[in-house]
Amino acid sequence: MKNKILMCGNEACGEGAMLAGCTFYAGYPITPQNELTAYMAKRMYETSGVFIQAESELAAINMVFGAACAGARAMTSSSSPGISLKQEGISYMAGCELPCVIVNMQRGGPGLGNIAPSQGDYFQAVKGGGHGDYKLIVLAPASAQELMDYTQFAFELADKYRNPVMILGDGLLGQMMEPVSIPAAKDEPRIFEKPWALTGCRGRKPNIIRSLILAEGALEEHNKRLQEKFKLITQSEVKSEALNIKDSDIVLVAYGSVARIARASMEMARAKGLKVGLIRPVTVWPFPDKTIEDACVSAKKFLVVEMSAGQMVEDVRLAVNGRVPVEFYGRMGGGIPSEEEILSRIEATSRL
Amino acid sequence: MAKIKIDKDRCKGCYLCVVNCPNALIKISESMNVKGVKAAYFSGSSKCTGCAMCAVICPDCGITVFK
Amino acid sequence: MKNTKKAVKKTGKISAGHSKDTAFESGLAFARPESLREAENHYCAGCGHGIIHRLICEVIDEFKIREKVIAVAPVGCAVIAYDYWDFDVAEAAHGRTPAVATGIKRVRPGSIVFTYQGDGDLAAIGTAEIIHTANRGENITVIFVNNGVYGMTGGQMAPTTLAGQKTSTTIHGRSLRREGYPLKVLEMLAVLPGTKYLERVSVHSSHEVLRAKRAIKKAFQMQIENKGFSMVEVLSMCPTYWGMPPIQAADRIKNEVSTFYPLGVIKSC
Repeated sequence: MKNKILMCGNEACGEGAMLAGCTFYAGYPITPQNELTAYMAKRMYETSGVFIQAESELAAINMVFGAACAGARAMTSSSSPGISLKQEGISYMAGCELPCVIVNMQRGGPGLGNIAPSQGDYFQAVKGGGHGDYKLIVLAPASAQELMDYTQFAFELADKYRNPVMILGDGLLGQMMEPVSIPAAKDEPRIFEKPWALTGCRGRKPNIIRSLILAEGALEEHNKRLQEKFKLITQSEVKSEALNIKDSDIVLVAYGSVARIARASMEMARAKGLKVGLIRPVTVWPFPDKTIEDACVSAKKFLVVEMSAGQMVEDVRLAVNGRVPVEFYGRMGGGIPSEEEILSRIEATSRL
Repeated sequence: MAKIKIDKDRCKGCYLCVVNCPNALIKISESMNVKGVKAAYFSGSSKCTGCAMCAVICPDCGITVFK
Repeated sequence: MKNTKKAVKKTGKISAGHSKDTAFESGLAFARPESLREAENHYCAGCGHGIIHRLICEVIDEFKIREKVIAVAPVGCAVIAYDYWDFDVAEAAHGRTPAVATGIKRVRPGSIVFTYQGDGDLAAIGTAEIIHTANRGENITVIFVNNGVYGMTGGQMAPTTLAGQKTSTTIHGRSLRREGYPLKVLEMLAVLPGTKYLERVSVHSSHEVLRAKRAIKKAFQMQIENKGFSMVEVLSMCPTYWGMPPIQAADRIKNEVSTFYPLGVIKSC
């Protein structure tokens, strides 16, 4: 039995966190994700969880650091400029192997940019973002429903791997109202034991949570262990959708809201007799290299569409590895590609 | 009779204990400890009251006091 | 050492400077508190950090709260405080210490949470965090070590460096016109209704160390009684970067530093 209600993506994301048993949220106002902060304020009040409107993004991520240290399922959210401010804390959390969920409803940049949707933070999200060798698990939902479902799932991934997980949305997804199915009976969230958490040292040796590792060679060993973990995640957690890949001449690659537009363009192209498929990475890190590689069997060309100057296209090119040409179409600074725009690029690509 | 014990090899030679002993019973050694420091030492006088003024100022927790 | 401690608990004899709870073997009047590990600290000769670490541990032992304590260590000279303290510790990013403590305390209100911060951590890079944590009235305890320089990085000017004081970045002395005024954090925080207990102490003499301990104890007491934000500023020696022997550094606090940063209770509610 499910209740279907109309929610904006930001609220759906918040409800996903509640379903996951999130008990701590700290955030700072920034458009276009304010509905999420307001939703968490309301829901944490209702459930006796902790909501803090922090004095800055820096404080917010570090409050989440503290809450995660103490063993809570903790979350923060922001949009591009605010996520830049959180990078220090994210690096520390990755270094300390602390689980948390960070939501980025991307907006136009660089700098203060604007408040319109963008995908300009892809590099920041998937290549590390802060200092040091680390990865975030990055999920890219494409609807309000997915924002709820994948946010819920993100908490499980975070605890499972003791790693920060990012929900990479955009202003379009966050603001858009869509029907969302919420489970009528809340499933008990999957609980992970946290023997490493700071709970007071009763009956055990003191726990220390730190990313400072000074002993000679010890930091390299720590890094090797982190890399092993990232490798395991790459092997186990890749998610993507592939449509019409087997018989396609042109394969579109797009994630998040752009994947939905690209899907419509694909259908328009198919109606015109063009053999077009679509790969939509759901996890942008780990990236679905194998799905892309497999598509190279039939594809003559790839066309990557993003709301950026061309960021994910680099990962597609790495996966394609020169087998076939990879074209790119992007809009920036809040520009959203229309179905027709993408269709005309498909047509142009097919003629080349 | 009160007395103190200074852990010679913990001593870094700040001599804060020397100036804080109300009866001036702590002296500076002529020889060096493992750190290459002329460590403070207790002169062994019976005037020690065990007030622990030396121990509370020692930044290295190197002084034990017996009463 | 361990054997003596075990022996002590049985005799339960009480001596000056120690509580009933950290009892000692017959005749032992002063020894290392249980919460302070045996490890030798890395601090320079005459540095106040070692004293302040120990005072905190003495207070924790006296309240018997070692198993409830969660400390948040700073970036600065005390960055590896977790090597010396025998309780749970989180190592925070520079200046974010009170934000981390906020997160921990809100999740575990039953824990005793304290931050240990230097003047760079608390009064420069972490100014926003300390003000807002204090203003929210978080029920935590802050131990603020003010020695007027950045020690770990080589003796640069701190926000608390006195006018005229020479550091590696104020080679002719801090100029008020160029570098501004030394920051009096406690006085600044005192105007916030969220702060409940603020005291400035020093560790430049045995007498002051004992007063410092009383203040630290009071600050933890406030938290145990859920009274809200408490903070103790401890004036401390940095002989290395003040460029003087430890005894002279202690005298400098008495004659110079404490005249600018007056000792005593700034606020108590």
